[in-house]
Amino acid sequence: MSEPTLPAAKSAGRMNDAMLSSLRPPTLRWYLLAFFLGAVVAWGLYAFGYMVSTDMSCTGLDRPVMWGIFIVNFVFWIGLSHSGTMVSAILRLSRANWRRPILRAAEAMTVFTVTVGALFPLIHLGRNWVFFYLIPYPNQRGLWPNFRSALLWDATAIFTYVIGSSLFLYLGMLPDLAVARDRSAGWRRTLYGALAMGWRGTAREWLIFHKASTLMAALIIPVAVSVHSIVAWDFAVTVVPGWHSTIFPPYFVIGAILSGVAAVITLMVIIRKAFHLEEYLTPLHFDNMGKLLLVIALLWSYAYFVEVQTTWYAHEPIEWEVFSFMAGKYTPALLLMLVGNSLLPLTALCFRRIRRSVGAMLAISLLVNVAMFIERYLIIVPSLSHKNMPFVWGTYFPSWVELSVTAGAFAGFALMYTLFAKCFPMVALTDVRELEARKVLVPFARAELPSIAGKEAGDD
Amino acid sequence: MEKQTSPYRWGMVVDLDRCSGCGACVVACQAENNVAICGKKEIAEGRNMHWLRIERFWVGEYPNVRARFLPVLCQHCRDAPCEPVCPVYASYHNPDGLNGQVYNRCVGTRYCGNNCPYAVRVFNFYSHQWPKPLENQLSPDITVRTRGVMEKCTFCIQRIRRAKEDAGGEGRLIRDGEVQPACAQTCPTEALVFGNLADPRSRVARLVRSPRRFRLLEHLGTHPSVYYLKGGGREHV
Repeated sequence: MSEPTLPAAKSAGRMNDAMLSSLRPPTLRWYLLAFFLGAVVAWGLYAFGYMVSTDMSCTGLDRPVMWGIFIVNFVFWIGLSHSGTMVSAILRLSRANWRRPILRAAEAMTVFTVTVGALFPLIHLGRNWVFFYLIPYPNQRGLWPNFRSALLWDATAIFTYVIGSSLFLYLGMLPDLAVARDRSAGWRRTLYGALAMGWRGTAREWLIFHKASTLMAALIIPVAVSVHSIVAWDFAVTVVPGWHSTIFPPYFVIGAILSGVAAVITLMVIIRKAFHLEEYLTPLHFDNMGKLLLVIALLWSYAYFVEVQTTWYAHEPIEWEVFSFMAGKYTPALLLMLVGNSLLPLTALCFRRIRRSVGAMLAISLLVNVAMFIERYLIIVPSLSHKNMPFVWGTYFPSWVELSVTAGAFAGFALMYTLFAKCFPMVALTDVRELEARKVLVPFARAELPSIAGKEAGDD
Repeated sequence: MEKQTSPYRWGMVVDLDRCSGCGACVVACQAENNVAICGKKEIAEGRNMHWLRIERFWVGEYPNVRARFLPVLCQHCRDAPCEPVCPVYASYHNPDGLNGQVYNRCVGTRYCGNNCPYAVRVFNFYSHQWPKPLENQLSPDITVRTRGVMEKCTFCIQRIRRAKEDAGGEGRLIRDGEVQPACAQTCPTEALVFGNLADPRSRVARLVRSPRRFRLLEHLGTHPSVYYLKGGGREHV
């Protein structure tokens, strides 16, 4: 690649400064943002508390639509969590060097979105206070949860993913924490010192670190694929018309990656602006992420087409009823979904100028995620509204409680991310500098000699 | 077919040619099973708690319109979609072929309610109260369900249990007609008949052999224990 993936060579100290800029003491604006997000989270918690202390009649749920926007949120957030694995693990394994400055943002997003997503199955329970019945723990009655239930598979897969992605994030951050430790004082030094686990940067440590990162990257991909397949099975293994479909697992995985990649682009724009990282997150990165998004949007369009065309061709009465009801009642939402997930990315992202325009990429990536939220809504709600018995067809609209909890979830994610950015290195510092070490010419007396650090296989 | 470990396989026949749509079964069920009392508001919201509903359909064009009634209760499927999806075994299959529901085990995921093709499972969205003096009518044999719990028709399992105890004391099996759920007991036209399908001489087993019989949503392969009878006529229910 002719275009440099790094800014012009700088001293190590200046690079560290720039990339650790997020760790500087918080400004007033940061406090205002954190306070605002905290207030929205508090409101969401109040709404949830209200639901728990009264009863579930404050939701919009009824018979037959017994799952609503809580489950939409669940699928949406778990979908977003595929960003870290996709962007980080796959690009790490394929040794795409441009990935380096965005690694951390993507990996951290995975951890926080999967945390938010995992809360929703607990939030939506009718009796949240006995949620531990779902956990396989030894008890005096010898009762185990039902492993035939897709919800148990869910719990297992998500728990594995939470642990796996947290380890993935932490492992990648280890050398950066050591840098932060060496540059800080006071309580921060103690904190980073403990977290860096005595990292010294010896050759042996680096060797082990590289092996471990590659191994983790390879292991986290099947976990991510299985997580969203299992989320899809929540629907696919039922007998509900519109849900019972074999295309669901791959279709959900593709949808998850689509929303994940789009969310990484959104966060890249925000982080670039907030921490003045224009030198590190260049149009090249947006160009490459745009190409990735284009490919995934193509895959998504294909999967959606297959899903609809088999239903249309078979024309099974009740399945077709669900589709026509959805297309009739939710026409604007359906159109927005098709534009946001398919038509717009497929046309706009073909143009290099659009892929390289930060503003356009922000707009497209936001629209993709709005469309993905709608997509989940249109899968879950219309299918339940028109099930097999026409006498109990119904409708659903989320209530203030459900919308407040949803707003609280978005704010909660943003708050966790904001706090994380202030406490931990937001750019994968050592990853970026590793690349620099390979490329740079080392000044040697009056001559400049190429660095002895070898080229990684696959480097250009 | 799974191995039969119990001498009973409870089932019901609903003769649609006899049903007049009077709704006595719905009332009897409510009185027997501590089913919560719902007001106009709850029913308008689609949150009524009836375990048994009478679906009414209009057939034909005006002025030749006729009403058709379809009582729908839990079909007690042999391969019930509600059972495998419950993560805590609140919904389970008992040896008599009933779909049991353990209220104090239920955590309210409502997965069973979504997966029931007959939509006969009702969820306690409200924290229900029994205004005085109606609380005196509550049956001590049945749990009063709290909010956040799924419930549904049990074929009046408390009556079956009592009949089993009586029969067991005398060292015999339950006789045909000895036990019947509140809905069947109340039906004035005897459209609902309950009994043991495992006994080929029982009234219900004889009715099931009728050429008029069909089952709801048979194509789904749920194998319900509730059979419907509907004869000739040009209109279908």
